[in-house]
Amino acid sequence: MLEITNLEKRYGRNDPVLKGLNLRVEGSSVVSIVGASGAGKSTMLRCINRLVEPTSGSIKLNGHELVNLRGSELRRARRRIGMVFQGFNLIDRLSVMENVLSGRLGYVSFFQALTRRFPQSDIDRAFSLMERVGIAHYANKRADQLSGGERQRVAVVRALMQEPEILLADEPTASLDPKTSQQIMSLLQTLASEMSLPVLINIHNVTQARMYTDRIVGMRHGQMIFDGAPKEFNQDALDAIYGGIESPEEDGADPEHQTTQEALA
Amino acid sequence: MTPDKTTADVPSVRVWKKPPFIANPWVRYGLMAVTLIYLYWAFSTLPFNWTRIAEGLPRAAQIFGGAFPPSFERGGLLWTGFKESFQIAFLATLLGVFLSVPIAVMAARNVAPLPVYLLGRTIIIISRSFHPVIVAILFVAAVGFGPLAGILTLTLYSIGFVAKLLAEEIEEIDWGQVEAMRSVGAGYLKMLVYGVFPQIMPRQIGLSMYQLDSNLRASAVVGIVGAGGIGGTLMNAFGRYDYDFAFAILLMIIGIILVSEGISGWVRKKVW
Repeated sequence: MLEITNLEKRYGRNDPVLKGLNLRVEGSSVVSIVGASGAGKSTMLRCINRLVEPTSGSIKLNGHELVNLRGSELRRARRRIGMVFQGFNLIDRLSVMENVLSGRLGYVSFFQALTRRFPQSDIDRAFSLMERVGIAHYANKRADQLSGGERQRVAVVRALMQEPEILLADEPTASLDPKTSQQIMSLLQTLASEMSLPVLINIHNVTQARMYTDRIVGMRHGQMIFDGAPKEFNQDALDAIYGGIESPEEDGADPEHQTTQEALA
Repeated sequence: MTPDKTTADVPSVRVWKKPPFIANPWVRYGLMAVTLIYLYWAFSTLPFNWTRIAEGLPRAAQIFGGAFPPSFERGGLLWTGFKESFQIAFLATLLGVFLSVPIAVMAARNVAPLPVYLLGRTIIIISRSFHPVIVAILFVAAVGFGPLAGILTLTLYSIGFVAKLLAEEIEEIDWGQVEAMRSVGAGYLKMLVYGVFPQIMPRQIGLSMYQLDSNLRASAVVGIVGAGGIGGTLMNAFGRYDYDFAFAILLMIIGIILVSEGISGWVRKKVW
């Protein structure tokens, strides 16, 4: 169970990005977090595995406090939290197998990591997971030779290699084409139920959020303003989350464009 | 110029001239004047002794005359000299490249804390401040004549160059891969081995090849001040007026540099 209480994060002296956020994720549900860019979705996810230091508040995973962990304690906590990134973040020049095995770095010794002598159990786990997502035949290929969807599968397998207690996905489909992104979403959904793993997904695509997740959390200005089942997520909720925010597609309307046009005239 | 005047003077043909590089005429002509005055001053005050230069020219001609045809008679001496130069260059490259990796990590702001970063930068700056010849003179004084001084000199020279460029390469890596390694719970060293080194590897190999090349060249130079290798042989040949032998050495150096340049270029192309 993940329990976030009163989480606050501010960068420097600016306004806080997260303002007293509360979130409880119980059991093995797939939760999508929607919100406009800058709403604090990514910051919240990164606070959980402490890639970003929270300013105050508490984050508990299965009863263990994550905020204020240091050094080896922090690393031991991190290896139980899998993360999938928007840009995949694979080690491009290493093979798919090395990338997958790098998910075990928190468990093996430095010498084992350096010489790639991972325990047989890790290698077995790697092969069975790669077979599960259909990339086992790429084991010795360099990671940068794979297509986007395949690379995200490698990243998912890497995260699962950690034997995580929770999986975080920071816009996992934003760099993929629509069809591949659906495949990845449904893969995350089925893996979550197969491994009874809670999954938190930051996502821009509201349709996919409705389709593939059990619960939608809407964020705006660092606060949670919607929390409910996908079918409760109606037009009102959408307007509350995205409404009144100028999107780059709207041209001419916002003042910046006008000044540019005036300058050009 | 007012528009009226333009139309009156040139009614049909429009004239265009490239605007001067320096718009302000005072600055433009002032700079030219300053340059001319400086040149006059420099040439009139520097002690060029034209009579000595005139006397020296035939002597130079005599040296070049003596150098033809180059003599490869003392091939044994040539061979030992070059062998030593090779040994110096290889060892110094290996040592220098090996040491430059940790120093580069220290000197990369994104993976090193500030005090360590400053220390790393200081090491690089110190090893880059002096030309290898000056360093060689110091090492010859410290450890005596011979190849050890040459190896130490070129190791320092390699560290200065390779570590600096490698540190800049580390500062430009894709940080996402490092974040991914931190997120799986890897410690600092594992993060370096997986998240950083694969990204800088091609650059590292290219730099090592270039440095080997450069050390071969430099090993001939530092030999002149007594740090071992072919440079010493060359110096002795000059000292004993064996210009034909000296010329043979120079030809060999050119040949070896050409070959090593070719090989390193080929390897770098393969790695990229």
